[in-house]
Amino acid sequence: MSLLGVDLATVLELGQDHLLLAGVPLLVGLALAIPLGWLATRRGWLYPPLVAGTGLLYTIPSLALFILLPGFLGTRILDPVNVLVAMTVYTLALLTRTVADALLSVPGHVRQAATAMGYGPARRFLAVDLPLAVPVISAGLRVAAVSNVSIVSVAALVGVSQLGSLFTDGFNRNAMGPIVVGVIGCVVLAVLFDLVILLVTRLLTPWKVSAS
Amino acid sequence: MADVLAWLTDPANWSGQGGIPAQALAHLRYSVIALLLACLVAVPLGLYVGHTGRGRVVAVNIAGAFRAIPSLGVLFIAVLLLLPRLRGELAFEAPSIIVLVLLAVPPVLSGVYAGIEQVDPAARDAAHGMGMRPWQVLAQVEVPCALPLAIAGIRSGMLQIIATATIAAVVGLGGLGRFLIDGQAVRDYPQMAGGALLVAALALGTDLVLGLAQRAVVSPGLTGGTGLRARSATALDRRLARG
Repeated sequence: MSLLGVDLATVLELGQDHLLLAGVPLLVGLALAIPLGWLATRRGWLYPPLVAGTGLLYTIPSLALFILLPGFLGTRILDPVNVLVAMTVYTLALLTRTVADALLSVPGHVRQAATAMGYGPARRFLAVDLPLAVPVISAGLRVAAVSNVSIVSVAALVGVSQLGSLFTDGFNRNAMGPIVVGVIGCVVLAVLFDLVILLVTRLLTPWKVSAS
Repeated sequence: MADVLAWLTDPANWSGQGGIPAQALAHLRYSVIALLLACLVAVPLGLYVGHTGRGRVVAVNIAGAFRAIPSLGVLFIAVLLLLPRLRGELAFEAPSIIVLVLLAVPPVLSGVYAGIEQVDPAARDAAHGMGMRPWQVLAQVEVPCALPLAIAGIRSGMLQIIATATIAAVVGLGGLGRFLIDGQAVRDYPQMAGGALLVAALALGTDLVLGLAQRAVVSPGLTGGTGLRARSATALDRRLARG
């Protein structure tokens, strides 16, 4: 089977690579952003440096980061690890602020009620603060997911194969077909990420369903 | 890394048409032109949508959908479509610049529109009550109040432009991206990494300048004072400041 002159099996294989390169950093970035965001809200003076610091990382253009990382990590330039690390950096850059702001958006009286009911700091964070922060974190995660899918395709320029490889392939052969297939693949993947995040958010915030 | 430093400090790389200063200037020139064109489209549109509330759903969805479209793919499509139809030197620059403008419109548009929309209705009503005409309300109340978010949108649009202009070296656009792409073609890692450092520096520097401009034009009445917090003041920042 082929699609606009591109073998469907190839598209699926590239799509799978793309999914991993964009998805794994999303999870790792979230896992790192939660403690960082928590730290920023617990120690007020840490908020500006943490949020501004991670924000600065996001200003580095993707192609530059893909090329610079091998110099820091000691990896080869074609190594997909560079892309994974770069995407984790971008996810972290977007989510640290989101997590901090989400935790700050938890109403004070709710936290006080939890404390009054005998919740310790750790249990209150896991059972009260974090669940209530889920909607805001999920909104940030959706932005990060879509942006990751788009940025990963640039890695085709440093020879890491994923849907973006269809762009370079099509451009080199002066063929529009593969490029269009690649763009559609990226959009489909972005929508897929979005739906999964929405679904998980709904499962994590059962009290929201009846409200909306 | 020592090789990268050697490349960066080699005087030969700092002179001539393909030298670092010339390419940095070219990069900046394309980026500023694209940003101005994008603002020309997005600012009036954002003001209109924010002020009237018309076309809000369309604006939000278009801005969201555009984020999902990969810039590299759009760039290649634009070049394949437009290159055969254009002549002269413009043929190599125009497709890239069109894409740069296209990619910067959504962030600027949503920044301006969101900025106008979040203006305190009480401030708007007070302005009406004082006898201001609708355009006076827009110019003297809504726009000043919208500046922090609007400039945030312009800053993220500019970052998008600088990043994409780097990539556009692959389709022949000048600028610092040349070192990354040309270096790769001859497997010269010091040149690639040196160019990448310069691109990162250009992006950070430009964002810093726009950040300072933001601090200069946003009314202190909105940011609640000066200092670090003033640069990115939001309601949440202020809540944090109160503890």
